[in-house]
Amino acid sequence: MTAQSVKWFWYASPQTFYPVAGVIARWCAAAAAVLCAAGLYIGFFVAPTDAQQGEAYRIIFIHVPAAWMSMFIYVVMAFWAAIGLAFNTRLSHMMASALAPTGALFTFIALWTGSFWGRPTWGTWWVWDARLTSELILLFLYLGFMALQAAIDDRRRAERAGALLAIVGVVNVPIIYYSVQWWNTLHQGASVSLTRAPSMAATMLTGMLIMALAFWMYSIAVTLVRVRCLILENQ
Amino acid sequence: MLEAARCIVVRDLLVAWRRRSDVATALLFFVIVTSLFPLGIGAEPDLLRLIAPGVIWVAALLSCMLSLGRLFAADHADGTLEQLLLSSAPLGVIAAAKALAHWLVAGVPLVLIAPLIALQYDLPAPLYPVLALSLLLGTPVLSLIGAIGAALTLGLRGGGVLLSLLVLPLYVPVLIMGAGSVEMAAAGLAPDGQLLLLAALLVVAAAFAPWAIAAALRISTE
Repeated sequence: MTAQSVKWFWYASPQTFYPVAGVIARWCAAAAAVLCAAGLYIGFFVAPTDAQQGEAYRIIFIHVPAAWMSMFIYVVMAFWAAIGLAFNTRLSHMMASALAPTGALFTFIALWTGSFWGRPTWGTWWVWDARLTSELILLFLYLGFMALQAAIDDRRRAERAGALLAIVGVVNVPIIYYSVQWWNTLHQGASVSLTRAPSMAATMLTGMLIMALAFWMYSIAVTLVRVRCLILENQ
Repeated sequence: MLEAARCIVVRDLLVAWRRRSDVATALLFFVIVTSLFPLGIGAEPDLLRLIAPGVIWVAALLSCMLSLGRLFAADHADGTLEQLLLSSAPLGVIAAAKALAHWLVAGVPLVLIAPLIALQYDLPAPLYPVLALSLLLGTPVLSLIGAIGAALTLGLRGGGVLLSLLVLPLYVPVLIMGAGSVEMAAAGLAPDGQLLLLAALLVVAAAFAPWAIAAALRISTE
């Protein structure tokens, strides 16, 4: 037990984490490149054309993993923020700050590709669907977090203020999601539904999972590189 | 403890009363914004009746946010806030009292004047109580959540714009429930569900927001 906890705190120090992060980032970047190539190959060449949506559906190989990551990263960010506030560890705050741009990027990609998918499939760039709306609000939450940290000159205050905002945000995300969903059902009928046909070709699912894994690897790599930059900046 | 809270509420109300124009400005903003919509969209009564709940609620959100910047700024500038932080009363209670005072100054006038705006929008009379009740339940949540943002952005450059960026996304559920309850009533359905959800939001916000405000104040002043 003690050996385990000592090890954790050993890596919680920016000095010892810096070289480890470099190694992990390099491997994750390589894995991301390989998985991305494999996933895109399956997505574009192996997966069959969708019976209803034609070729346009292939954007989901980027869209769905990006949407997953956008939500997941916010939770991870809030987790590190909470750890940082609770244990006062510098590295946790740096992790939270480093995750935010990647999360915002994936949120933006999810919205953007969703819009590309919506144009040929639904005939419109944007609908006020529950998921689209809550994704948009998630983007605002990410931007608010980054704007708050950017506006505060004192680094310690910036980290802690951002952490508190991330925690308040993560408590609100489910409330926002359900309220938007309810608002949506109140305002318009289910004219447009994102829930697709239940059965999905196995290759499609494989491609999507591989792309999700690639995005995971990419997120880890980019975040760790950003953490290394923050460590260099701060120490 | 409650004595401290009462003192802060009374003091904030007194300060607001001495600077009545500040309170009036936020209220005037609410009236002007709601008056602009018919000018921009057109004055067909059917359309106005349809958009009235949403317009009134959005204007209430903006007006409430406008006065948030002043919530801690003056106390921070003259050192009162540091004395409050040092006081023996729990900071959560003080934060809750500040939010309550803000609601009394910024929220209650909105509740009172909203029926007048609804009149301009030709909203049917039976909807007035629903509108007032939804604002009565919703505006305290706006004050509580907004106070977290106000505490976080204390003394920052461009704090006002930043505050809106932080707080407005968090206001979304209140807006949806608040405007939704009036729209439900307008459609001839019972608005109870939405109003109860608003009340639930209020309970959750009242329970947790004071601690977040207190933590934010500590972060911003250390």
